[in-house]
Amino acid sequence: MHHHLRKTLLAGAVFFAGTAMSWAADCGVSSGRVSIIGNEFPAIKSVAAKAGECDNIEFKANLTADHQKLNVAGMQGNPAEYTTAIIANSSIVALINEDVIRPLDDLIAKHGQDIPAQQLITIDGKVMAVAFMANAQHLVYREDILEKIGVEPPKTYEELLAAAKMIREQGIMQNPVGGAFAAGWNLAEEFVNMYLGHGGEFYKPGTAEVSINNEKGVAALNMLKSLTEYMNPDYLTHDSNATSAEWEAGNVALMNMWGSRTGRLMDAEGSTPEVYENTKVAGPMTVGGGSDPAATLWWDGWTVSKNISDEDAEATFLAMKYGISPALLNDKTMGEAVWMIDGYQPADVNQGVFAAIAMQTTPYPMLPYQGLLHTALGDNIAEFLQGKESAEQALADIEAAYTAAAQEKGFLN
Amino acid sequence: MAFGQSFVGDVKHKSFFLFILPSMAAMVLFIALPILSVLVQSVFAPHEQVIVEVKNCGPFGCTESTMIDQEATEKLRAEQPLGRFVGAEIYMNRGHLAFGEIGQAWSASEGLGDFVSRVLNLPFYGALAFTLTYTAVVTPLAIAFGFVIAIAVNSLPRLFRGPMIFFSLLPMIVTPLIGALILFWMIDARGILGSAIQSIAGDPNLSLKASTPLTWIMLMVYGIWSSAPFAFVVYYAGLQTVPQDTLESAMIDGATRWERIRYVVLPHLLPLTTFMALIKIMDNFRVFEPIVSFSAAAHAQSLSYFIFQDLGGETRLLSSAAATSVLTIAGVAILLSPVLVRNWRDFNRMRA
Repeated sequence: MHHHLRKTLLAGAVFFAGTAMSWAADCGVSSGRVSIIGNEFPAIKSVAAKAGECDNIEFKANLTADHQKLNVAGMQGNPAEYTTAIIANSSIVALINEDVIRPLDDLIAKHGQDIPAQQLITIDGKVMAVAFMANAQHLVYREDILEKIGVEPPKTYEELLAAAKMIREQGIMQNPVGGAFAAGWNLAEEFVNMYLGHGGEFYKPGTAEVSINNEKGVAALNMLKSLTEYMNPDYLTHDSNATSAEWEAGNVALMNMWGSRTGRLMDAEGSTPEVYENTKVAGPMTVGGGSDPAATLWWDGWTVSKNISDEDAEATFLAMKYGISPALLNDKTMGEAVWMIDGYQPADVNQGVFAAIAMQTTPYPMLPYQGLLHTALGDNIAEFLQGKESAEQALADIEAAYTAAAQEKGFLN
Repeated sequence: MAFGQSFVGDVKHKSFFLFILPSMAAMVLFIALPILSVLVQSVFAPHEQVIVEVKNCGPFGCTESTMIDQEATEKLRAEQPLGRFVGAEIYMNRGHLAFGEIGQAWSASEGLGDFVSRVLNLPFYGALAFTLTYTAVVTPLAIAFGFVIAIAVNSLPRLFRGPMIFFSLLPMIVTPLIGALILFWMIDARGILGSAIQSIAGDPNLSLKASTPLTWIMLMVYGIWSSAPFAFVVYYAGLQTVPQDTLESAMIDGATRWERIRYVVLPHLLPLTTFMALIKIMDNFRVFEPIVSFSAAAHAQSLSYFIFQDLGGETRLLSSAAATSVLTIAGVAILLSPVLVRNWRDFNRMRA
């Protein structure tokens, strides 16, 4: 009797432990701390959750849109608060500049022989990150609306503007164009896209001296302004989340949006069938008669902190490797990103990013001073879009703001 | 208050010193030292970067790029841990006082209006214009509203005062970020207030968030809404100390309600008003939360917002943030100086 009771209790305890930990996995870790800092979107959430399933680790994850404000500071201490930062090709630069991530070559030799070489991000011959997904901005459109006006999905920004004009004139939507144009990082990214689409170069060759105050810069700004004329008047406050909400509310028919966010637009949550069933993606558009897509290619990957014990580094490496292993892929996660994982099957929702890769879109530049330019862009474009200053003045302001920052940081004399 | 003249001066000095020692230590530790460290930070900048050409490879192929030479940087840092001394260079650059740019604007401008617009195009002066306007509008209006609410609540029957005080304090109880976010959603072009304003104005494209003047007004309305309760509480407490016999004799003399407020209540509450003006000027000059929660950075910026941005950008600008902090402290000191000077005079008059 006594025995029986104990057995039942034990079984109950095991059951509860099982539900709490949900499929604890053997990732080859014996002990160690894994603490993740990263951006917040579905694919990264899935990777972090998967890594957290590993046995014998002390696990924490901080996923937030503000990750770039936290990761450097959280990795500079010794021992670092975060043992890994999930970053992209722009944000890894800040971590390399501050020397807070470690080369992974020894850990790869020991535990990572099976990671495909193309996923390894090598900088100056050393592996500094492991990429797990590709991302790009590309066209998202409403099939039903384009059919109504009898237009094919636009391949250029000029065609997009023409389609937007027809949608407005036919009274279908007042503001048919969407876009993450929030002043700051998002708006700067749109300029980067448009400037590259016009074939622009950001710096004088071989130097950190900025040079965007030219015809291509003016053309890029003018195209951004033309787009805003078909946008919700609050566009300067719309980041990717707010733009997605506008889309799901059925207020927008055409936009340039991140591949990593289209899964959410095409699922049945948060919208009506009319919207999500007609949401389709296509490759990035070109602009101004150019052949380069007005977009940038991105990878997302993970790193390992420099200022942590070897035990924690090993545990982090193994857990993150498990986080991006084929075990991650299921019906729910499959469409969340363009995964660089064995067994990944592209879905319709991912065709935009694949098209961006096929079109040989330029990867976002990994230069040590690019972040300073991005910040300067984000602070100085809004005044032009509001009609408060000329394109030339805005570009001159951007150059001056960048130069002041680059001088302070010691990139320019 | 003349401690020095006391004939048991030494003992009193000692006990006085012991009495204030803990708070002095705390002030040095938590106020003086951090300010000193910010000052030091603001006159040093990171070392000149040693850049090396590298080959980077990833999923999209290999590219020639550049990176910072960490070994060389490590060596520079070991030699000069504080960075390179730049003196007032950061203060003078375009992101701060920008004297060079102002000089250029002066010689290039075609008139006073042109000059002013060129100066306001510089980030520091643009931010200063908003911050000073905000401080000048919000401080007196918040205090005045607080006073009116206090007088109104004080004249209510006792039964209703408790609930009314609670409701009047709500804007202060709600976390600033949350309060501002709620208002932000309401004034969205598709929000309840935003749509109402559109239909009143008869313009479907009117957007509070897209217009700079309307954004400024919105931020100031929020500022007054959120800080009036503070003035209300202080005045309400003050009203309980107004001498009743003076009020009654004024009534016997035939003073109206307005005259009683004007000649009895207001003078009695003047020290409180000075106190609140000091606190609110300091608070308002450091306006920050509403700019973040209203995503208003495209229209309105403040010095505090610059500090936040320097610390949170793709690449952190610590020296720039430090210089802006020092300039903020200087700005607060300048704004407060008239009030402080007056207080000092009053104090000396009392001693005499």
